[in-house]
Amino acid sequence: MADLAERDATRHRAQLVRAVARDGRAITLTIDGREVAATEDDSVLATILTHGPRLRHLEFGGEPRAGFCLMGACQDCWVWTAQGERLRACTTPVRAGMALLTLPPAFAAPGPFATP
Amino acid sequence: MTRIVIVGAGPAGINAAETLLAHGRQPILLDEGRQAGGQGYRKPSPGLRLDMNALMGSEASKYQALHERFESLRGQIDYRPGTLVWGIDGKTLHLQQDGRATTLDYDALVIATGAMDRIAPMPGWTLPGVFGLGGAQVALKDQGCFIGRRVAFLGSSPLLALAARQYRALGAEVVVIADTTPFVRKLAALPALLNSPRTLLRGLAYLGGAMRAGVPVLHGVTPLAVAGDGHVESLLIRDAKGRERRFACDAVALGYGLKPETQLAELAGAQLAYDEAFRLWLPQADADGRAGDGLYLAGDGMTIGGADAAEASGALAAHALLADLGIPSDAAAVAALRRRASRLRAFQRGLSQAFAWPVAQIRALPDDVTLCRCEKVSLGEIRQAMAQELGPTEVNRVKAMTRCGMGRCQGRICGPALQEIVAGVGNIAGAEAGRLRMQAPIKPVALAAAKAGAS
Repeated sequence: MADLAERDATRHRAQLVRAVARDGRAITLTIDGREVAATEDDSVLATILTHGPRLRHLEFGGEPRAGFCLMGACQDCWVWTAQGERLRACTTPVRAGMALLTLPPAFAAPGPFATP
Repeated sequence: MTRIVIVGAGPAGINAAETLLAHGRQPILLDEGRQAGGQGYRKPSPGLRLDMNALMGSEASKYQALHERFESLRGQIDYRPGTLVWGIDGKTLHLQQDGRATTLDYDALVIATGAMDRIAPMPGWTLPGVFGLGGAQVALKDQGCFIGRRVAFLGSSPLLALAARQYRALGAEVVVIADTTPFVRKLAALPALLNSPRTLLRGLAYLGGAMRAGVPVLHGVTPLAVAGDGHVESLLIRDAKGRERRFACDAVALGYGLKPETQLAELAGAQLAYDEAFRLWLPQADADGRAGDGLYLAGDGMTIGGADAAEASGALAAHALLADLGIPSDAAAVAALRRRASRLRAFQRGLSQAFAWPVAQIRALPDDVTLCRCEKVSLGEIRQAMAQELGPTEVNRVKAMTRCGMGRCQGRICGPALQEIVAGVGNIAGAEAGRLRMQAPIKPVALAAAKAGAS
């Protein structure tokens, strides 16, 4: 799992690119186990996509997705947390210590599910 | 006292609240967003070093004025940001706020839910890096981020040039502005566009600026594919002269005008009718926004009119509501608002011809293109289902058989294209293809939250 994220991060650069800086409290959280820095009020979507090329994998066939409408309508940016919570990434701000997953927890754990 | 609830804190909802307050009524203003302003007048999230005056350009003063007016009234009304209205049952709204479900009864309801991008699918459009055109602006305004470093703007919308200008101004590379509507159709729409010459000139100025900067500005293109291995690497189009052209890029902003968010209006009992010019189902209301008993509609959620029309129609809906409560209002002011809303909506009708929904291009898409991105249903699956003996020719039946439109977005993204495919394959008019029915919850709601609210 962490391998997949690392491979993605090195093979493809991040999808979103920061245009202007944000002033605010610096926080840390993890994406697929990798520790990343963010600023309070960054969205989950912006945080994941400024660190990698994708947000999640489609339930049907596993193709990569990175959200689409960015305004809470298409529902194509729901991600998981290690605690099993589901979050709509484009409208949810990050919190310190969040453990975000780009695959459902069942896929992230070693087990019968193959990584798509 | 009559309880008045407004849904949506964009320009329409804010104007409705302001008008009600001016007449001694204190509405409850519900908004799914964490900050007021809606999509177009969205405020940056806290701490972003974003120069909104530069970003909003000629609309900066309206943007500032709306937010100042909202700040002066928010303490006098019951404003509830971060509140999703996910269902309506009789005169009860079902809400979710901070993960908890509650209900709220109303006597009068103003629905000002705004609009979203209207999308035509194309090969490769589900690749990471393809985003809605309005979404590309939201990424910038809300998060201070570009959707990519090298961005192609594709579709048919006046927002193509506006968004491209905003991206260039902040340092992104715009590789092409590609509009599917042929230039001659834009000229044909000129008489209607002269309803708002200022807006027309502004759009031309944005395009002129892009061209002077060396950005290719193309009209009458056919989108062929977004290509890439797991992410966007290029956009392939056919230009008006029939030449294939490939633009290297890492993101595509895709949009064909706007589409009203009509789900709540439908659940509240508004009638919907098919509009031939927009090729969309729109909730029906009188000139002031009356759509039923105690039900009022305003802004782009009723019919696409833009921010200025939204401001006027929000005030109009509030005046109608007040009049129905027997509270006299200023007849001259109401007449002026009606004229303004009507003129601006006529302008948008002109725009819908100058920036046309590409019906023929959608119907010509190959079978392997994904139409429903939630459930991964291809165009071929729709065509096959319809080709069967006694196959369906109505969108809800097609949805039931193929799952197209049955996913989490409830057909918000695929709906307009599905309508065209079904009408095209069935060889029937758009209206005859039927309308995807909406149902609660209009957006995903955790069962735990709904249960907590019920107990």
